Amino acid sequence: MSEKHSHVEEHRDDEASKLGMWLFIFTELLLFGGLFLVYSIFRSEYHEAFHKSSLELSVTIGAINTIALLFSSMTIAMALTAMQKNNKKLALLMIGITLFMAVIFLINKYFEWGHKFEMGLYPGSPLMPLLDRGYLLYFSLYFFMTGLHALHIIIGMILLFICLFKVKNGTINNKRYSLLENGALYWHLVDLIWIFLFPLMYLIS
Amino acid sequence: MANNVSHITEYRVLGKVLLVLMLMTFLTITVTSFDLGAFSVTIALLIAGFKAFMVLTYFMHLKHESLLLRILVGSVFVLFALIILITFIDYAYR
Repeated sequence: MSEKHSHVEEHRDDEASKLGMWLFIFTELLLFGGLFLVYSIFRSEYHEAFHKSSLELSVTIGAINTIALLFSSMTIAMALTAMQKNNKKLALLMIGITLFMAVIFLINKYFEWGHKFEMGLYPGSPLMPLLDRGYLLYFSLYFFMTGLHALHIIIGMILLFICLFKVKNGTINNKRYSLLENGALYWHLVDLIWIFLFPLMYLIS
Repeated sequence: MANNVSHITEYRVLGKVLLVLMLMTFLTITVTSFDLGAFSVTIALLIAGFKAFMVLTYFMHLKHESLLLRILVGSVFVLFALIILITFIDYAYR
C-alpha cells in the first residue's frame, strides 16, 4: 500500500464480511438441512406414497432447472473473476447471464407448479386433505421446500441486481468487490441446495 | 491489511468444474432411471455430495480460503450428519 498516506484510512474488513456471509450461509444450510431431515424420516415411513408421488414430477423440467442453476453458478463465479481482473464489461455480462438463468429457472417453476395447481394439488386446496397421509406429506414438503428455495432464488436475484448496478456505477470495482463476492456466495448456496433437492424430489423413486 | 488478497480463480478452471458438474448430473439421472432399490438413493446422494464438494471447493473458493473457514464449513456438515444419524437411531429404536 504505497498510497496509504494519500487518503484517510477506510473502516473496512473484507475478510470479516466474508466470514459473516459464511456464518449466515451456515444457518441457511441448517434450515434446509432440517427440512431434508423431515423429508427423509417421512420418506422412510411412507415409502410407497413418496415413490408414487415423485413420479408425478417431470424429470425433464427438473433437469433443465439443474442445468440452468449450475450454469448460472459458473457465470457468477466468472463475474467475480472478471471483476478481480478489472474487466468490468465481462463482469456485467456474466451477472446478466446469471440473472437470465434465474429467470429461466423461475419460468420453469411457474409451469411446473401451474401444472400441479391444475391437478388440484396446492397447499390449502380442497383435494389435498382427501389424500392419504403419505401423499399429503410428500406434496406439502414438495411445495414448502421448492417454494422456500424459489424464494431464495428471488432474494438472490435482488442481491445480484444490486451488484449489477454497483458494478456499473463503479461502487464495486477491482479494489473493492466484497459485495459481489458475498452475493456470489449466496448464489452458490442456492445452487448447493438445489443439488440435493433435485435427486431427492425428482429422481429417487 | 487483509483486504482483497484473495486468490483469483481462472475462467478455464470454472469451465472445467461446470463440465464435471454437468456430467455428474447426467450420470445421476441415468443411474436412478434403473431400478436399483436402496442402492439408487445411496448413489444419488453420493453424486450430490461430490457435486456439492466441487461447488464449495472451486465456485465458493474454499480451496484458497483460510484453514479456519474450511474447518468451520466442514464442521457444519459433520454437525448435520450427526443430527441425521441421531434422529434415525431414535426412530429405529423407539
